[in-house]
Amino acid sequence: MDAIILQILNGLDKGSAYALIALGLTLIFGTLGVVNFAHGALFMIGAFCAVTLSRILTLSHTVIDETQKDFLGNPLKVDVPYIYDIFGQATGDAIIDWAVPISILFAIPVMVGIGFAMERGLIKHFYKRPHADQILVTFGLAIVLQEIIKYFYGANPIPTPAPDAFRGSFDFGAMLGFDPNTIIYPYWRLVYFAFAAVIIGAVFAFLQFTTFGMVVRAGMADRETVGLLGINIDKRFTIMFGIAAAVAGLAGVMYTPINSPNYHMGMDFLVLSFVVVVVGGMGSLSGAVLAGFLLGILESFASMAIVLETLPGINQIIIYLVAIIILLTRPRGLMGRKGVMEE
Amino acid sequence: MGLNKKDFTLLLIVAILCLFAPFILNPFPEGSAMAQFNAGYPDLMQRLVIFGIFAIGFNILFGLTGYLSFGHAAFLGVGSYAAIWMMKLLTMNVIPAIFISVLVAGLFSLLVGWISLRRSGIYFSILTLAFAQMSYSLAYSVLTPITGGETGLQPKVNDPRILDGALAAGETPRANLFGLQMNQSYEMAVGNWIFTFNAGYYLAALVMLVAFYISIRIFRSPFGMMLRAVKSNQQRLNYTGLNAKPYTLAAFVISGMYAGLAGGLLVAMDTQVGAERMFWTASGEVVLMTILGGAGTLIGPVLGAGFIKYMENIVSKINKSILEQWFAFMPDGIEDLLITLVYPFIGKGWHLTLGILFMLVVIFLPGGLVEGGQRVGRLFKRKKSADDKPDGKTTPAE
Repeated sequence: MDAIILQILNGLDKGSAYALIALGLTLIFGTLGVVNFAHGALFMIGAFCAVTLSRILTLSHTVIDETQKDFLGNPLKVDVPYIYDIFGQATGDAIIDWAVPISILFAIPVMVGIGFAMERGLIKHFYKRPHADQILVTFGLAIVLQEIIKYFYGANPIPTPAPDAFRGSFDFGAMLGFDPNTIIYPYWRLVYFAFAAVIIGAVFAFLQFTTFGMVVRAGMADRETVGLLGINIDKRFTIMFGIAAAVAGLAGVMYTPINSPNYHMGMDFLVLSFVVVVVGGMGSLSGAVLAGFLLGILESFASMAIVLETLPGINQIIIYLVAIIILLTRPRGLMGRKGVMEE
Repeated sequence: MGLNKKDFTLLLIVAILCLFAPFILNPFPEGSAMAQFNAGYPDLMQRLVIFGIFAIGFNILFGLTGYLSFGHAAFLGVGSYAAIWMMKLLTMNVIPAIFISVLVAGLFSLLVGWISLRRSGIYFSILTLAFAQMSYSLAYSVLTPITGGETGLQPKVNDPRILDGALAAGETPRANLFGLQMNQSYEMAVGNWIFTFNAGYYLAALVMLVAFYISIRIFRSPFGMMLRAVKSNQQRLNYTGLNAKPYTLAAFVISGMYAGLAGGLLVAMDTQVGAERMFWTASGEVVLMTILGGAGTLIGPVLGAGFIKYMENIVSKINKSILEQWFAFMPDGIEDLLITLVYPFIGKGWHLTLGILFMLVVIFLPGGLVEGGQRVGRLFKRKKSADDKPDGKTTPAE
């Protein structure tokens, strides 16, 4: 029992990331009808927003510290972040420590801006082109974005730690009444799951309970009619693209402490996220979220030692295997609607 | 040969280009500043034609039927593994290795295609991608006894090789064609130029010509017409009472066999295999080649493969000091500015250049380099009719 709970917990953080990216992909597909292969790159750019902000926060100038001497007896030069000058040392340290959560505020405008630029600058011209062209051009864009990041940040993963308060693990099993030390779970993964749940809830609430969301949903169902009613649906869809980009970006920001960001993390997640979207059902938001968590948890179950003994290597291929089975037995995916992407 | 005049001319041009490639790709004398643009060394020339085969095969599927496979590298990888096992168990002669690689890749693509072709559009792309990623992960982990895992495979001295005689002491197994070693080269020095004629390259080029000829025949056959019909309107095809699946499956298997052939040749030239050639970026690369050259045209994939492989080798070799040499004649300020502007796109930045180039092609030139050539050709034709001035520029065929 405790092993099962542990695997479910382990699957949650990866599942959250899949769900967030797949949610954004589905939003873009459902509104604009565009298959966005550059979505993984948006996830990656989000992660590098966190890296950038923590670098900005630790920007330093050198001062001569008269109290400390080096071995020659000269006063020691120390680097002092500018942020100390503004907020004082204690607050400054706290801000640097909390760089990743603070990056959320930084990443939202950046990601929305990038999303707008992408949609208006490139994707707008591809509405009428075949899906294959959309896949190809966004695939090219993904390569370009990832190479730009590589040029500025290098090819190595950049460790970006979580705030001190969340750095350790805690004994989750003891809380539930199991033996101590059976279910140890890092705090940050729990934070990530909670964060993902909040974001997913917010997106759904936004679509369900606001007038804007209602219009967008109407546009997803029948774009032409909404346009005939005199509503500028294109503008709203552009905004949805920005929101989808921000969702992917935030997923990336919060993922940095779990996995040090590198320039190809987006591509790694993209392939899996597409599988998630297809399993969930193209164009179904709840399907994307459900499939994201489901596949994340399945993946962690498949990497249990007992499973690996009977089926070696299953943890590597489980997601693809499930995707193949689902696609062949339930062609529309778990919750796909009729008539979406059925050429 | 069953070709019309235009196709025969095209085949002849490609054959002549292949034959004289060691000269054409080596236009600059050794030691000159431009020598880094020379591509006439065996390794690169082999890659040019082998990836040409890969792209020709991919084009039979994507260019004719419109099914976008994102998993073709798996067939190349499977073919490579089959070839290397032939070399380990049977003989270092490349003929059985190449033969078995085509066969195994064909069988594997029959399986994958039979399942994947039940869906179309993006679902097909995802299914092929899933199969390729599965093969890649399995080759890295569970199948290590067969694939060598991370280290990969290469022929060892103490492999059985039942058809070959025992190796002399200190001799290493080398890929050969009835004794003619694949890495054997003849160097011809003319003045400052050194031209290299490599046995492996000519074998690969010959195979590519055969592959190209078969592809022309497929394009012009009734079977090719059916595939085009699948691309333009599969629904209408179904309504006329035809089942498209056997045709698409045949196209899929043929293109899988081409990929296997390319994989076998890669092993014949450079006797080692690693799982990374099955990674999905490798599948993406053949898509890039085909689109860049011109999907659905005969010569396009070969052009695209040649262009990408050439640029990859040449552009990645340019470094900062070479740039400084080039721009040395300019005033210092402008020189520095130019170098900072160009630097991100060369050397390690080659993928950035490739990505931008690819986007530009998809946006402005959906027909690839071939369409570009045709546009330029039309431009000249119009000028000619207006001014009635003869010009020396020839328009590319197809």
